[in-house]
Amino acid sequence: MVKPTRVTNDIRKLRFEAGEMTQAELAERIGLTRQTVIAIEQERYSPSLEVAFQIARVFDVPLDSVFHYPAEETK
Amino acid sequence: MSLEERFTWVQGIIAVGGYLVYLVLLLGRAGDDLAATPYVDLMIWTIGGAIAAGILGGIVAGATTRNHAKDARDREIYRRGEATGYAFVTVAAIAAMVLAWVEADHFWIANVIYLGFVLSGILSFVAKSVMYRRGLPTW
Repeated sequence: MVKPTRVTNDIRKLRFEAGEMTQAELAERIGLTRQTVIAIEQERYSPSLEVAFQIARVFDVPLDSVFHYPAEETK
Repeated sequence: MSLEERFTWVQGIIAVGGYLVYLVLLLGRAGDDLAATPYVDLMIWTIGGAIAAGILGGIVAGATTRNHAKDARDREIYRRGEATGYAFVTVAAIAAMVLAWVEADHFWIANVIYLGFVLSGILSFVAKSVMYRRGLPTW
């Protein structure tokens, strides 16, 4: 199956490092539903740029420490 | 399952169920000439029943879901799902227009429009369900 997004993330790792923050807690802090946090974490949904910044701010890290985008493949 | 996803399922089930009820009742009273079958009352009752069932289903879904929150992902899935389903409304409108051109019986014109609405609802339901389960495509 083709993945819906090429954006990858380290949210699970960051949650663990932030005192095992739950998905529900993260969702509440950025005003999303838990289902959406799960979808973002499982890379089934790319959040808006604004939400991406909010997530990075929760963990107090730069945006590119949370989200990654693969380099273009060389032909 | 979020409240919005439950709403999607309620709408999908009602779209299929309502039309099946209509078909069963219509075929039950049909004679040799299907186009001569009285259909207007059945259509009004099943459309009205589907609207009422949708409201009731929404109330039940709301009452049995703890978290009523809705966010940008829910809104995006709703918008894309509705846009996908809308294709069938256009197809049905064109089909009805062609039937009117050839002076087809009112029975066929009304039924092709009704079928278009139902297929639109089903396609919209399928698209939303897939997006909820597998993610939003990045087209």
